[in-house]
Amino acid sequence: MKLKKAFAAVAMSAAALFGATAPAHAQFSGDVIRIGVITDMSSVYADIGGQGSVEAIKMAIADMGGAVAGKKIEVISADHQNKPDVAATKAREWFDTQGVDMLIGGTNSGTNLAMAKVAAEKKKPFLSVGAASSALTNEQCSPYTLHWAYDTTALAKGTGNAVVKAGGKTWFFLTADYAFGHQLQADTTKVVEAAGGKVVGSVRAPLNASDFSSFLLQAQSSKAQILGLANAGGDTINSIKAANEFGITKTMKLAGLLVFINDIHSLGLKTTQGMYLTDSWYWNQNAETRAWARRFFEKLKRMPSSVQAGDYSAAFQYLNAVKAVNSDDPEKVLAQLKKMKFNDIFMKNGWARGDGRVIHDMYLMQVKSPDKSTEPWDYYDVVQVFKGEEAWTTKAESKCALWK
Amino acid sequence: MTEIFGIPLQAFLGQLMLGLVNGAFYAMLSLGLAVIFGLLDIVNFAHGALYMVGAFAAWIMLDKWGVNYWAALVLAPLLVGTLGVIIERLFLKRLYGLDPLYGLLLTFGLSLILEGIFRDQFGVSGQSYAVPEALSGATNLGFMVLPNYRAWVVVASITVCLGTWFLIERTRLGAYLRAGTENAKLVQAFGVNVPVMVMLTYGAGAALAALAGVLAAPVIQVTPLMGSNLIIVVFAVVVIGGMGSILGSVITGLLLGVIEGFTRVFYPEASNVVVFVIMAIVLMLRPAGLFGKEG
Repeated sequence: MKLKKAFAAVAMSAAALFGATAPAHAQFSGDVIRIGVITDMSSVYADIGGQGSVEAIKMAIADMGGAVAGKKIEVISADHQNKPDVAATKAREWFDTQGVDMLIGGTNSGTNLAMAKVAAEKKKPFLSVGAASSALTNEQCSPYTLHWAYDTTALAKGTGNAVVKAGGKTWFFLTADYAFGHQLQADTTKVVEAAGGKVVGSVRAPLNASDFSSFLLQAQSSKAQILGLANAGGDTINSIKAANEFGITKTMKLAGLLVFINDIHSLGLKTTQGMYLTDSWYWNQNAETRAWARRFFEKLKRMPSSVQAGDYSAAFQYLNAVKAVNSDDPEKVLAQLKKMKFNDIFMKNGWARGDGRVIHDMYLMQVKSPDKSTEPWDYYDVVQVFKGEEAWTTKAESKCALWK
Repeated sequence: MTEIFGIPLQAFLGQLMLGLVNGAFYAMLSLGLAVIFGLLDIVNFAHGALYMVGAFAAWIMLDKWGVNYWAALVLAPLLVGTLGVIIERLFLKRLYGLDPLYGLLLTFGLSLILEGIFRDQFGVSGQSYAVPEALSGATNLGFMVLPNYRAWVVVASITVCLGTWFLIERTRLGAYLRAGTENAKLVQAFGVNVPVMVMLTYGAGAALAALAGVLAAPVIQVTPLMGSNLIIVVFAVVVIGGMGSILGSVITGLLLGVIEGFTRVFYPEASNVVVFVIMAIVLMLRPAGLFGKEG
C-alpha cells in the first residue's frame, strides 16, 4: 500500500515538474476496474451466495472479454460472517485502500444495510443482490444503492396472495427473530389481510435454533390453516423437516416465504412437493438460462441460485454501463445504469427505478412432485409470472425520500 | 381443562416430552465431554465436530454403499472412535502435563479444520437423512403426537448414558480409569498400561459424540455446521453440571433440555440464552457446578 502511495506521489510531483496537465479523456480511477463482493462465505447462507457468487461474477467478467476500454477487470471477495460491523469495515477498507469501484452485497439484510451506508458516504455504487429487506429501497434508500434481485415486499405479494387465493385464510407465522424475519412477517401480514385473510398468531424463534418442534406445536395449537415460514436457509430447512416429522403438514399447509432452490435440493422433493414459493429466477426457464446454468454447474457441481444469477447480472450490467460511458466515475456510471434497459440471463427489459429498486419479472413457483421431476435440480413449475412493477412496492406505499 | 402455569395440561406434557428429547442429546454429548475432561484433563472443543462427522459418516455410508441406519449406529462410532484414537496418538498425547489451554486451542483448531473440509465437500445446506423404516410414523400419546423416532432417541441415549456411568463407576476397568486419573504413575506401577487406557478413553469419548450424531441425523439436517451450533450449549451444560462429573452432566443435560423447551413456550425470544443465564447463576452460587466437588 505504501508503495502504491509513494508511486502516486512521485507521479504527481513529476506531473507538476513537467507542467503536464491531466489529459481530459483519463476517465478511469486506475488501471483496473475492481469489483468487490462481500457475502456469507462460510455460514448458513454460503450455498445461496458464497463462492458461487464470486464464480458468477467471474463469468460476467469473462463474458465482457476480461477488460473494458483496455482496463482489466478484477473481482475480490470477503466473508462478512453475517456481521454488519465486519461488512461495513471491509467495505470501508476496500473503498479507501483497494480502489474498489463497485461493491456487490451478498446475502444477509443486516450486512447490506450497513454496506449501503458506507457506499453512500464514499459515493460509490452498491449493488445489493443477496439481501431481502425492502428497507434498502424504502426507509433507507440511497442514490448509490441498487437493489438487484428480490425483496421482502415481492416475496410477500407473490406467495401471500397466491396462498390466500388458494383458500389459505388463517395464518400463523414462525419468524426468524431478527430484522429480516420481522420485516418479512410484517410485509406478508399486510398482503394477507388485504386479500381477506387473517393472522391468528406468531412465534419468534432465535436465528439458528437447534430444534423447531416446540415452536411448531404452538403453531399447531393455533388451528390456523397456513404456517407462514418467515425465515431462511437452515432455519427453513429444519422447520420444514420437523413439521413433516410431527405430522403438522397433515393439518396445516406450509408457506415458505423465502425459499431458495438449494433448500429444496437438500430437503428433497418428497418433503417439499406442492409448496408455493416466490423467486426472482429459476435456472430451468428457457434455453438461455439453462445454457448459463450448465456453465455454472461445470464449475461448482450444483445449479445456481437466483442470487448467484443476480450476481452475474449485476456485474454484467455494471460493466456494460462502464463501457457505455467509457469511465468508472461513480456518478456517470450510476446515471447510465438508471437510464439503460437490462437484458441478460437474469432479466428481460429490467430497469432501475428512482428508489433504487431494479424492476423485473418475479415468479410464483410450485415445487414438483418427485415423479414429475425429469432430472436433478428440475424442481419447479412456474405457475404465475408477476410482470414488471406488479410485484414491487408502489409509489403510494414507498417511504423513500428520493422517489417522491 | 386443567392448566399448569397458565398453559393447558396437554401442551405442558407435550413440551415436557420435547424438552426431554433435546435434553437426551445434550446429555449424551456432555457425557463424552465430561469423561474426556475427567480422565484426560482435556477440554475437547472438537466434540461438536466429531458429532458432525458421525452424522455425516452415517449419511455417506447410506448414500454411497446403502449401509442402513442400524449398521451405521455401530459403524459410525467405531470409525470416529478410530479417528479419535489417531488424534490422541498424533497430537493430544504431546500436551499432557501442559496448561489445559493448549489442549483447548488444539481441539478448537481441529474442529475448524474438520468443519472446513466438510463444508468444502458438501456445502452448508446439508443433506437429509431419512428416518429408518421401523421407526417412522408417530404414536398418539393422548396429549401429543410423538414421532416414534424421537421416543427411540430418548430410550437409546438414556441407555447409553447409564451404561457409561456403570462402566466407569461400577466395574474394574472403570476403577483403573479413575485411579489412573488420580495417580497415573502408581497405577502404572501395578502393571496397568495407562497411556493405552487414556488413548482408548479419548476414542470412546469421540465414539459417543459420533453416536449422538447418528441419532441426530434423521431429526435435523446433516450439515457441517450442526456441531458448532450445539457445542457451546453442551459446554454450558458441562459447566453447570460440574466439570468432569459424569452423572452430573447427564442429569443436567436432561434438565436443561426441559427448561429450554419451556422457555420456547413462555418467552421464545430467550430460548437460546436461557442456558447461559442459568450457567451464570450457577457459577455465582456454586462455582464447581451443581454436581462438582469443591476443589
